[in-house]
Amino acid sequence: MSTATATPRTVPHTTRPQSSVSRWANHNRKWVLAAPAMIFTAAMILFPLGWTLYLSLTNAKGSVRAEKEFIGFDNYASVFADTARFWPAVGRTLFFTGGTLVAQLVLGMVIALLLRKNFRGQGFVRIAVLMPLVATPVAVGMMWRLIFEPNIGIVNYLLVRMGIPAQPWLAGENTALPTTMIIDIWQWTPMVALILLAGLTSIPEEMDEAASIDGASAWQRFWHVTLPILWPSVVVATLLRGIDALKTFDILYATKGRGGGSFNEVETLNVYAYGLSFDYNNYGIASAVLILFFGLILLALFLLVRGNKVK
Amino acid sequence: MKHPKGAAIALALTTSLFLAACGGDEGEGDSSGSDTIRVTLANHVWTDTIKEAIPQFEEETGLTVEITQLGEDQLSDQYNVKLNAGSEDLDVMMYRPLQEGKLFATNGWMADLTERVESNADWDWSDFQEGPKSATTHEDTVVGVPIITEREVLYYRKDLLEKSGYDAPPQTLDELKEMALKIKQDNPGTAGFVARTARTAAVTQFSSYLFSYGGDFEVDGQAAVGSDEAIAAYDMYSSLIREAGPENVSTDMGWPDSMAIFQQGQAAFLTEADSLYRNATDPEKSKVAENVGFAPFPEGPAGRRSYNIPSWALGINEGSQNKDNAWKFIEWATSQEQALALQQAGNPSARNSVWENAESTKNDPADLVEASKGSAENGVGHDRPLVTRVAEAREIVGQPIVDGITGKDVAESAQTAQEAFQQFLDSE
Repeated sequence: MSTATATPRTVPHTTRPQSSVSRWANHNRKWVLAAPAMIFTAAMILFPLGWTLYLSLTNAKGSVRAEKEFIGFDNYASVFADTARFWPAVGRTLFFTGGTLVAQLVLGMVIALLLRKNFRGQGFVRIAVLMPLVATPVAVGMMWRLIFEPNIGIVNYLLVRMGIPAQPWLAGENTALPTTMIIDIWQWTPMVALILLAGLTSIPEEMDEAASIDGASAWQRFWHVTLPILWPSVVVATLLRGIDALKTFDILYATKGRGGGSFNEVETLNVYAYGLSFDYNNYGIASAVLILFFGLILLALFLLVRGNKVK
Repeated sequence: MKHPKGAAIALALTTSLFLAACGGDEGEGDSSGSDTIRVTLANHVWTDTIKEAIPQFEEETGLTVEITQLGEDQLSDQYNVKLNAGSEDLDVMMYRPLQEGKLFATNGWMADLTERVESNADWDWSDFQEGPKSATTHEDTVVGVPIITEREVLYYRKDLLEKSGYDAPPQTLDELKEMALKIKQDNPGTAGFVARTARTAAVTQFSSYLFSYGGDFEVDGQAAVGSDEAIAAYDMYSSLIREAGPENVSTDMGWPDSMAIFQQGQAAFLTEADSLYRNATDPEKSKVAENVGFAPFPEGPAGRRSYNIPSWALGINEGSQNKDNAWKFIEWATSQEQALALQQAGNPSARNSVWENAESTKNDPADLVEASKGSAENGVGHDRPLVTRVAEAREIVGQPIVDGITGKDVAESAQTAQEAFQQFLDSE
């Protein structure tokens, strides 16, 4: 290459006239070179999205290759009117996301603040705290299923030893969703802690010291000094975790199976859409739910980013 | 955008290159007449047994068998995705005729095997039982060969029955309940009875209760889950679990979960498919292997009416480019010889000749053979609603089971299910 670019002056266009294609390619090389990446991105993002949007406007059922009719927004209308499955699923999705996000931010902040100080065995503790993060969610789900097993699980065994009655945990119609939230919090708090810890290490200790000399209490130092500087990290953690929590599927599926349990007790939008397409083979409705779900995520993203700007 | 036209042409050019490249890949993956047969199988005793014999098939034919093995749910998902996409990389498919058969055949995903099954007199299609054959035939077209049949039987713990003063397993469902309750009372911490509790998984095992009470899921296209017989059956099944079952029972149990409770010695009775018996009698899997007994499904007011169904079959993907070799595999795996060997390993066959051969059950416990026979008499050919969208139907008719287990009003729940199921049938 280097010789070729170094010699063009000595070998002018006289040897062979440049063909029109290569002249054109040369002229538009920024497009030619960028095109593969652009097409790949378009194919991987836009095509599935467009296809789902298209399916959501049809009555596709049974097989996506079967003949289908264009039915406009009928699917959306029936989804919006579905108070038995859709709206409860929306409620559970928001409850799950909100609950886990708040718990993870609070706990993650506490862990990050504790890990920030130097202490003996710091390396070991940091690794131990991060362990849940590297475990596979499905394996985590199976593990917690055993831990929370109402009859032979360790949690109920310990509760009974302490004189507290055994709880149904994942097996209970009303306790299943909060239990899956505990699992999610256990698994993902370390990630929040990691992001916040990274943010904390960039804050010079002098500011904290200065505030301390001025007589600020620990809480005041945290609220008025640390948190404002750490805010960008908090936003990043909220964005990443919030969107991930909205989309949670693996933990719910591994612990409660299809349909989110026999009473749909942990059926979030993602689990519902999965059931619609894989159990009911009702691709039209499933696509409509997915498009609405996508809209919900975009809305959450918009609100979070906007909220941050206002700050 | 300085050169919008240039950009468009560049995009078009690269797209065609990109697509051409993809096309090339597809060509390489094409298995038309390939020596490799891609076989997808479910986790099952049948699969474990056939896998040991496959090297012999490969040696005889010079073909290579590539196996993908998945759990039931994952298998269904895999088929849904691949068959929907018209994928060619599935040749032989192990599938559930009563669960997916109708949907797959309606969608045109199953290859027509009619000529193939009828062309080989030695292999003998007429040797297969009529019930299973009709379940793998869709509108006069054979789309699968049944490999496993099953009936519901009563698994019980001989030692626990003896301890509570019983010298024989129950004959009727009422006796079953009475004995289960007494055994639970006599043995704190041990359940008298266990069975599947998950809304959809329980439906198939509940079906024998329903039939034995004289009910069915539908009668002539009309939903029947709200009938008095159905309500009584729902009540029996769910109250057995609620009253005689494990404490804090979950409503998520499929067969592996309820079987695990039985294997751990934590339950006296279990009603389950006979084809799974090895899980209870294999000392490596079961703590109570020594003490397991089998009895025919107990009688209800309408007599003993267990399901008797083909649970699994082999079919060929319509999109496969390797149908001839795929058929060779099926022909071999379902031959008299293999069917006999498989039945001896604990997989109830769909071939009459195998059942007539005393050798076929020589490894099975004598009481299991009797139990299977008892359950097969007067057997019913389905264990779930015979519809296209089976998964959805099972959720509807399974709801009263879980409602009953959790102590809700069964009659009311059955009425709700009746309306929902009628609506479902109307939309089929």
